[in-house]
Amino acid sequence: MENHMTRQPLLEIENLAVSYFTRAGEIPAVADFNLRLDAGEAVGLVGESGCGKTTVAMAIMRYLGGNGRIVDGSIRFQDRDLTTMGKEELRQLRGSAIAMVYQEPMAALNPSMTIGAQLMEVPRFHDGATHAEAYERSRELLADVKLADSARLMAAYPHQLSGGQQQRVVIAMALLSNPKLLLLDEPTTALDVTVEAGIVELIRELAQKYGTGMLYISHNLGLIRDTCDRVCIMYSGRAVEMGSVRQLFEQPRHPYTQGLFHCIALPSTDKLARPLKPIRGQLPLPHQRPPGCSFAPRCDHFAAGTCDTPGLKMHEIGGGHEVRCERWRDIDKDAVTVTAPAEAAQAVGEEVISVNDLSKYYAVRDRSVAAMITRRRVRYVKANESLTFTAREGETVAIVGESGCGKSTFAKVLMGLETATDGAIEFQGKDIANTDVQQRSRKQVSALQMVFQNPFDTLNPSQSVGSQIGRVIRKFDSSTDRSKVRSRVVELLDLVKLPRDFMHRRPRQLSGGQKQRVGIARAFAGNPSAVVADEPVSALDVSVAAAVTALLLDIQRRNRTTLLFISHDLGVVRYLADRVVVMYLGRVMEQGTTEEVFSPPYHPYTEALLSAVPVADTRVRKKRIILEGTLPSPLNPPKGCPFASRCQRKIGDICDTTPPPVLASPSGHAIACHIALAELAEVEPVFTVEQADAAE
Amino acid sequence: MMTEQVVGETAPPSVVRQTVRSIGYLKESPVAVIGTAIVVFWSLVAILAPLISPFEPTATILPFARPLTPAPDGGRFLLGTDQLGRDILSRIIWGSRTVLIYAPLATFSAYLVGVMMGLAAGYLRGSTDSVLSFVSNVILSFPVLILYILIITTIGPSGLNVVIAVTFASAPGIMRIVRGLVLDLRNREYVAAAQTRGESAWYIMLCEILPNARGPLVVDICLRLGYVTITIGTLGFLGLGLPPPRPDWGGMVSDIRALAPAFPHMAVFPCLAISSLVLGLNLLADGLREISLRD
Repeated sequence: MENHMTRQPLLEIENLAVSYFTRAGEIPAVADFNLRLDAGEAVGLVGESGCGKTTVAMAIMRYLGGNGRIVDGSIRFQDRDLTTMGKEELRQLRGSAIAMVYQEPMAALNPSMTIGAQLMEVPRFHDGATHAEAYERSRELLADVKLADSARLMAAYPHQLSGGQQQRVVIAMALLSNPKLLLLDEPTTALDVTVEAGIVELIRELAQKYGTGMLYISHNLGLIRDTCDRVCIMYSGRAVEMGSVRQLFEQPRHPYTQGLFHCIALPSTDKLARPLKPIRGQLPLPHQRPPGCSFAPRCDHFAAGTCDTPGLKMHEIGGGHEVRCERWRDIDKDAVTVTAPAEAAQAVGEEVISVNDLSKYYAVRDRSVAAMITRRRVRYVKANESLTFTAREGETVAIVGESGCGKSTFAKVLMGLETATDGAIEFQGKDIANTDVQQRSRKQVSALQMVFQNPFDTLNPSQSVGSQIGRVIRKFDSSTDRSKVRSRVVELLDLVKLPRDFMHRRPRQLSGGQKQRVGIARAFAGNPSAVVADEPVSALDVSVAAAVTALLLDIQRRNRTTLLFISHDLGVVRYLADRVVVMYLGRVMEQGTTEEVFSPPYHPYTEALLSAVPVADTRVRKKRIILEGTLPSPLNPPKGCPFASRCQRKIGDICDTTPPPVLASPSGHAIACHIALAELAEVEPVFTVEQADAAE
Repeated sequence: MMTEQVVGETAPPSVVRQTVRSIGYLKESPVAVIGTAIVVFWSLVAILAPLISPFEPTATILPFARPLTPAPDGGRFLLGTDQLGRDILSRIIWGSRTVLIYAPLATFSAYLVGVMMGLAAGYLRGSTDSVLSFVSNVILSFPVLILYILIITTIGPSGLNVVIAVTFASAPGIMRIVRGLVLDLRNREYVAAAQTRGESAWYIMLCEILPNARGPLVVDICLRLGYVTITIGTLGFLGLGLPPPRPDWGGMVSDIRALAPAFPHMAVFPCLAISSLVLGLNLLADGLREISLRD
């Protein structure tokens, strides 16, 4: 039995084709897909949105919904064909032999049931366990996924847990029935990077302990490198390259795979050493795929007569490495295509924004009896506490931190959507911290604009692109001349490299990257002197994100705009920022030039943050620091250093009781920590790059 | 620098083509097609009333005639006559004008008030929301019929007063729907973008938020038109509708209330007219909802 199991693949997908049937007719989502997964093996499925990776997982679970159908091929799981299996048989299999972990943990848990009740359902339903047995097993698994205090958690409801804890519970639930195959669909995308690092560590450990086969779906190559044995890259419904992590990361053969690697900003290198090279064009819509290779229109190595013949097959190129490219022999992976010479750092100008001791508190009224007795009926959420930093003309300042660190609150105060509790923001020589946007002069408002995060939310769906940009121009120029406004709209569309006829389009006709470009055009419509960009590319696919980042930088450089770049992606921050401000729990932990922040001395929090970033480069060695615990409540922040409760370098009681001093070097690099600068400077760097030769 | 090539596609979509296309979507739901057919039928009847009605609606010719009785001066009373000898078919045809003028008018007026209240409550929040919500809760806590009787008996029966009564009673319900939609939409980033460029609150409410709430509101308008049709019938039946002798479906049933057991045709046909119009509107609403849920 055991022998038989190891020789037989756990999951074998052959010639799979899945289509969705909609108003527009049949839409082929996945075609000619082959995959083999052995017991205990972890395979990564990578691709951009719309490439069909989730459809593959859904086809395995047979959860394709009302309009999806498997039109060809077979999915064999432990030698049984899932595509022909009956409903009852499938129900037995789902959640027991095959389990799935979804992206949104909150949506995967039932908010009206306790964690315990939801966990215990699994053994009771699939194995007919008694109540006591089910309880015991559920508790054991909670301990296995590193959740302390499992007895209390069993009685808790999902909303009482943090996002990371919830995802751990979902993983525990998936593992409860001891599945042979675990499907993970972007399990950490909704989580903060330090939490993600913990979950990734956990998944790797559990896979080893339980010998579960894993199909790990992600768009993040860095995560795949950390978790998987083999990788399959998908593009436009087809697998384009497959092989071991080492083969694929060190010798990517398909032009698309190579392009992906060129799009990722790594926190270990800067823009001068490794400029980003976006893939031109965009993913073709399923019914507009070209004949032959779907990547052909975006490929630099396209050859007519070869790449446009239909029915291209995967080529085995040795050691299980397969690639769907006719010209793989002719493509030199190391050939660096000509890129624009990296521009030398610009001289920065005068101070444009000067934030001085800025605080923003939100009052929370406590109506409990205890609060009445202690006479503390109003408590404050300290969203921002004594922020101090400056930004100069033509400079990019990145504000970095995890969700809840107060970076978005700061943006609101700066934009005048909220007013500060204390402190000042000097902008063009005037204090605007306490001036609501309605009270600001038109000049002040137009000089300070914002690029928003969510491309699907940033444009009004019921207005055309042209009228949305035009509105801004009329608002700030107060010119009502139609032809003037129109020519300015055309100018702005040219600026963000969109075709002029996009003026008449509705936002729903645009892709995410195009919408974000319109958002940038809108922000620059009033010739602002400073722009706040709140995670402008975090919701975009890597190849598109690279192009939008490059565009934003280009415009900023040409207009000498001050850019405040709010982000949690340290790779992008390293790539484009001149200076970095690291925030935690509303306070600045460290600030300095990008170079200073990304090398020792680090603040311990910066160090942990850096080590949590997955790096898609097999040559980079990374120090491993996993933060314990969760972010303290901002209602009840620690008395001393805000980071003390999770700090890996905590030196003693002083961290809990006394706020840390700000240690500043003469160059302006400042760290708020009790540990001496000299000691922090001796810390080993988070990233060490091996020599390319040594890795071969 | 770096460029991104974009798949081009030209020609701005014309308003006419968009409208034709959205009407074309109706075909996808048989329910919507039937509903539209009924509503269009009654609209045509109301418009063409002078051409298609066989008799004068107020002419008293032959009392108590059963359906299909031949008329003295030629022609037939297809649906019979009432106790005063007026042709029921002609009265139904002319009565459709009352309903099809006052129901949309009252619904429109209720929407105007309800939408404004909902936008203000949902977007401005705070004390505006508290006051508006309190007022609407007070109105909603009254039984609707008592509210109508109170209003109409105070200000007197007339077409305009029916509109006022319906507005007063329906606006709070509409306000609640709109408020709920606005609470969701006000957190969108395009609203934040409008705020950061210093737009006024009314501009944001009317130009940024309201157009994006239209989907659910269109469905609700169809449903509410049906309710208002029933309401106008009910008011007519209670003698609170339009003053006689103008034909009015509810009033027709009310007039012959005592005679209905003996002469069912006098009551059945006006009732069928009301029901079919309401059914048509409800089917249209269901169809619209079905279409909007599809992708």
